Amino acid sequence: MHQPLIDLQHISKSFDGTMVLDDLSLTVKENSFVTLLGPSGCGKTTTLRIIGGFESPDTGSVIFDGQEITHLPPNKRQLNTVFQKYALFTHMTIADNIAFGLKIKNKPKSYIQDKIKYALKLVNLDGYENRSVDSLSGGQQQRIAIARAIVNEPRLLLLDEPLGALDLKLRQDMQYELIRLKNELGITFIYVTHDQEEALTMSDTIVVMNQGYIQQMGSPESIYNEPENAFVADFIGDSNIVPGIMLRDELVEIFGAKFACVDKGFGTNRPVDVVIRPEDIDLVAPGQGALSGIVTHLIFKGVHYEMEVTTPDGFEWLVHSTDLFPVGRQVDIHVDPFDIQIMNKPASEDEEAMGVNE
Amino acid sequence: MSKKLLSGPYVLWMIGFTIIPLALILYYGLTDRSGAFTLANIMAIATAEHAKALWLSLGLSLASTICCLLLAYPLAMVLRAKGVGAGSFIVFIFILPMWMNFLLRTLAWQTLLEKSGVINGFLALLHLPPQNMINTPAAIILGMVYNFLPFMVLPIYNVLSKIDDNTINAATDLGASSLQTFWHILLPLSVPGIISGINMVFVPALTTFVISNLLGGSKILLIGNVIEQEFTKGSNWHLGSGLSLVLMIFILISMALIAKYDKNGEGNAF
Repeated sequence: MHQPLIDLQHISKSFDGTMVLDDLSLTVKENSFVTLLGPSGCGKTTTLRIIGGFESPDTGSVIFDGQEITHLPPNKRQLNTVFQKYALFTHMTIADNIAFGLKIKNKPKSYIQDKIKYALKLVNLDGYENRSVDSLSGGQQQRIAIARAIVNEPRLLLLDEPLGALDLKLRQDMQYELIRLKNELGITFIYVTHDQEEALTMSDTIVVMNQGYIQQMGSPESIYNEPENAFVADFIGDSNIVPGIMLRDELVEIFGAKFACVDKGFGTNRPVDVVIRPEDIDLVAPGQGALSGIVTHLIFKGVHYEMEVTTPDGFEWLVHSTDLFPVGRQVDIHVDPFDIQIMNKPASEDEEAMGVNE
Repeated sequence: MSKKLLSGPYVLWMIGFTIIPLALILYYGLTDRSGAFTLANIMAIATAEHAKALWLSLGLSLASTICCLLLAYPLAMVLRAKGVGAGSFIVFIFILPMWMNFLLRTLAWQTLLEKSGVINGFLALLHLPPQNMINTPAAIILGMVYNFLPFMVLPIYNVLSKIDDNTINAATDLGASSLQTFWHILLPLSVPGIISGINMVFVPALTTFVISNLLGGSKILLIGNVIEQEFTKGSNWHLGSGLSLVLMIFILISMALIAKYDKNGEGNAF
């Protein structure tokens, strides 16, 4: 198997006595688009800064393409970073910004000129060479920051919430732009964001982090469809997380109703957490589903209706459906077996943070 | 209408304390005792005594400005690295002496530097020969640097503290060493502060007569002393005003430099 480009081994880091990363290990394959996803304070940016060389870990090591770079300063690393607020050099023209890394490396003038042209074309900003940074919009500045990084032909590009300051439409455009760039350049991307939609759209691999631990790592589909714990289920998309009892393999009881599922190996009569995505709930006529309830809330969301169905036990089920059920209507809930995801209950809060799930 | 009324006091202030005095200086500077127009007061700068005083003033102000810059820049860098809390405390310590009267502070230096002053007394204790410190150009430069250093530190600190850490990180990330980062990023970005600081030190240093009076004795005459004496001892307001006008030209040149480099007014700490 191909050796990983980045190999983080048992990284721990604390600031002023607060543990930010706790024994984190992570490998990133060459040519992949890996997203570190999590709420603020989960340690994702610290992880990125450790890879970039702006922080050094308290313990553990950073291996880049088989070589230890844990204590190598940023200017000696074969990678580049795109910073959160672009961090362009405001006293230089666009061309000088892009040329900075190449000039530092004493590349020949003609080579630099070609590179500037190429990079500007790549980010769709040809002809902007002599503009000032201040004359550019946020999205344009973002592209220049990317251009400034990629002219150095890094093997790894680190992106720290690069789209955070942009408005929704621009953010979506830039997401496609980034995917295109990654495919054209063949550079490995490590991307940090708290936006789950961004993560799902762009990544090959998503690493969900919370409180300094990796909660789950996998493809966008597996993270979304098979969350390993309540945190992941809750953080990625909307979900209904309800207590249940695993009666036996492939049968779970929720609020007294029995649902067929596809999960096995939880033993018998074991308390579990059950995750059901709102779009996976089918509302059917009374008597045709496993659980009965009443529609208590209705919002039109454009693509679908968002409804709340309250069952007699008081739980409010979030339901997404293109079919309209007015408030007050008596309905039954039906869920297909493969749409039910079973998770172990965490025994303690610490365990919950660590994402332990054996 | 009400907005115009609000500006009234300031307009009066400007007229009374800026425009009219300037006009008077201009009038005195361009006339002789009989009230006839003359350029003689301006041309008087070319006389050996006056020219010497002007060049000495320019030289000493320049020297103390450079000293201030060399002392202030590293300090401002340290303050920037300290962050807001510790940084502003150190700035406070630096401003603290300014709460004392300017004359008192300079007089304190006089007692320190005198022939029988504190420093020589200390040297005598160590059986070292006494040093001749007072009434030298070096003593004047020392006085200027001591009094004007905060005016150099603050504008530079002000621009440096506004530079985002990630701007510096980005330079390092792109392969620049710390020296290259300083030279290509920090220094150019802090030019507005440097220009502002130079101006705030150079202009008062050029026009001072108190520091040179107290620390330079009567032998070292700066242009400020010459002008002061024309007004107080010589009673020749016309010559004093004429020389003031010449000095103003030098100050205007300095202001023009600021306007050129400090387009955004970022360097203005006050």
